[in-house]
Amino acid sequence: MARIGNVLAVPSAAPVETRGMRLRNFWSDYRRSWLAIGALAVILVLLVASFGAPWLVPQDPYDLAQLDWLDAFLPPGTTGSGGYVHLLGTDNAGRDMLSAILYGLRTSFLIGISAGALALTLGISIGLTAAYFGGRIEALLMRVVDLQLSMPAILLALVMAAVLGQGVPQIILALVVAQYAYFARTTHGAASVERRKDYIEAARSTPLPTRRILFKHLLPNVLPPLIVVATVQVASAISLEATLSFLGVGLPLTEPSLGSLISNGFKYIHAGRSWLSIYPGVFLMITVVAINLVGDQVRTVIDPRNSR
Amino acid sequence: MTDPILKIDAVSKRFTRKPGLAERMVGRFTGGGKPITVHALTDVSLDVAKGEVLGIVGESGCGKSTLGRVIAGIHAPSSGSVALNGRPVADERHGTVHKLTTQVQMIHQDPFASLNPRMKVGETLAEGPRYHGIIPADQVRARIRALLEQVGLEGAYADRLPHQFSGGQRQRIAIARALAMQPEVLVLDEAVASLDVSIQAQVLNLFMDLRHDLGLTALFISHDLSVVRHVCDRVAIMYLGRLVELAPADQLYADPRHPYTQALFASIPTVGTGRGRFEAIKGEIPSPIAPPPGCPFHPRCPFAGPRCRAEAPRLTGAGPARTVACHLNDGGVNMQRGAA
Repeated sequence: MARIGNVLAVPSAAPVETRGMRLRNFWSDYRRSWLAIGALAVILVLLVASFGAPWLVPQDPYDLAQLDWLDAFLPPGTTGSGGYVHLLGTDNAGRDMLSAILYGLRTSFLIGISAGALALTLGISIGLTAAYFGGRIEALLMRVVDLQLSMPAILLALVMAAVLGQGVPQIILALVVAQYAYFARTTHGAASVERRKDYIEAARSTPLPTRRILFKHLLPNVLPPLIVVATVQVASAISLEATLSFLGVGLPLTEPSLGSLISNGFKYIHAGRSWLSIYPGVFLMITVVAINLVGDQVRTVIDPRNSR
Repeated sequence: MTDPILKIDAVSKRFTRKPGLAERMVGRFTGGGKPITVHALTDVSLDVAKGEVLGIVGESGCGKSTLGRVIAGIHAPSSGSVALNGRPVADERHGTVHKLTTQVQMIHQDPFASLNPRMKVGETLAEGPRYHGIIPADQVRARIRALLEQVGLEGAYADRLPHQFSGGQRQRIAIARALAMQPEVLVLDEAVASLDVSIQAQVLNLFMDLRHDLGLTALFISHDLSVVRHVCDRVAIMYLGRLVELAPADQLYADPRHPYTQALFASIPTVGTGRGRFEAIKGEIPSPIAPPPGCPFHPRCPFAGPRCRAEAPRLTGAGPARTVACHLNDGGVNMQRGAA
C-alpha cells in the first residue's frame, strides 16, 4: 500500500464567473452586430407601443361607439370628426388605422408569444420523454412528430383553425398543434446527445428520481438551441396567424389582428385606398424580420464555435 | 476473510439489440436481421470484504466497466445477483432499472462529462444527500464545505460551475459527490485514467487517505497494472466477460498463474530495460457477440490444448485466497477421460 510521492500543490481555480457575468458576456457578444441591436430596439418599441396602445392612440377600435361612418376612407394625414389627425388614415368603418394596427399588433404578439410558449412546453415534454426513455415510447412519439413535420405547418394550421372556429384561444391551439413538432424534434436531438453523458448516469446511480433528472439535469443542458428555435417560431406564429386571418379562418374584424386588417384592406386596394392594406402589412413585415434578426444573432452568440 | 459486504453471485449481463422493422424486412432476403446479443459478462462471482480495495483489470471490452455498472446499480444483471449486506443493489421492472440503495456510489472516468455543466458544485454535491435525507437540511451547507475541504478543495468553490475547474479538481469534486452520499462501497471506473500522471498521483493519494480515514470498501476498475498494484489489496483479472484470475495483489504480481495474466504483465512497458521489445499478446480480443467455445482465451494462449477448445475452465483454488480459471491449474490441457 505504498503512498505515491510527488504531491504537487492543488492549482487554484479560474476566477469566479457568476450568472450575472455570463449575462454580461452574452450582451457584449450580442451587441457586436448593429443590425441585431436595431432589431431588438424595434421589437421593444413595438412591444411598448402595442401593449401601451390604450394609452397611446386616440381611438379604441373595439368600441363601436367611437366609430363614425362619416370618417370612412379618410386618407393618411386627414383630420377626422374626432378632432385628431388620422396619421395612417381610416378604413371603411371609420376606424383610425394607427389605432387598429397597434391594437392588432398587440393581438398578434399575444397569439405569437403564447402559442410559442405553449408549443415550446409541449415540444420539450415530448422530446425529453422520447430521448430519455427510448425504445417504443421514443419510436412512437418521434414518428408522430416526423409525420407532422412532413406536412406544411400552414396546411395543418388551416385545417385546425377551420375545425376549431374563430377566436383567440382557438387560433393559439391551432398554432400550437402546427408548431410543437419543431420543438420536439430539436429537443429530442439535443437530449439524445446529452442523455448519454456521464452526468446523467451519475444522477441515475445516486439515485435521483427520473423527474428530477429530466428537469434539473437534462433540460437545462438542452435549452440553448431551443431558445433560438423559440424566437424564430414566435415570428413564424405571428405570420401564420396573419395568414389564417387573411384567409378568413383566423380572427374576425371586430377583434383586429394584423392579418384581418390586411384582409379587410385588400378589398379596396384597387380602389385607390392602398393604405388600408399596406400599413398593417409593413408593420407585420417589420415585426417578423426584427424577431428573426434577433433570433439569428442569439444563434450566433450561443454557438460554441463562435465563442472567443 | 471477514464477512463479505458485497456479494456478486454468478452475474451475467447480455445486451440484446433487436433489429428494426426495415432491418427485418431486408433480413428476409439477406439472412440477417436477427437480434444481436453481446455477452458482456458471463458467470462472474466475487465476494468483497469490508474495507477491502479490489482491483478489476483487463483489456478494453473485457466487461470490467459493465461489471462496475452492474455493481453500481446502473444496469441490472441478466442473471445472477449483486447484493450489498444481503440486499439487492438494483432491480428491473418493465425494462427500467431501479436502483435500490444509496450505499454504492460510482466515480466515472471522464470528469469533464460526469459533472452537470449547468449546476453549481455545491448544488451537485447537495442534491443526492438532500433528496435522500442523508444530511439534515440545516447542515447541508456546512457539510458541503467540509466535504470540499476533505477532498483538498476550498469550501468557497461550492458557488462555482464545473467549467471553472481543471480535470484533477473536477475528479475531486466527483469523489466528493460520491462521498456526500456516505456510501459503504465506491466503484471507481478508470477514475484516474484521463488525468495527467502528476494529477493521477494526487488523486490516488487522496483516495488512499479517504480510504484510510473512512474505512471505504472500493472496486478499482483500471487497465493500468502499476496503478492497481499501488492501490489494491486483491486483484481480479477479467477476459471477455469472465473472471480468469483472482489473487491478493502482492501474490498476483509476484507469481501470475493464468497465461493471460502472464501475458498482460509481460506487456507492461518498463523503464530501464534499454531497447527491449514488449511482449505483445498475439491476436485480437475475440468478439463478445460470438465468444469462442471452451476457454475464451484459447485462440491467443501459447499453452492451449484440445481440452481448452472444448471445455470452459472453472475458477479453482490455486493456493490460499487465490483462484485461477485455467486447465493448466486443473488437470492439464489435454482431453481427460472419455475424450480419446
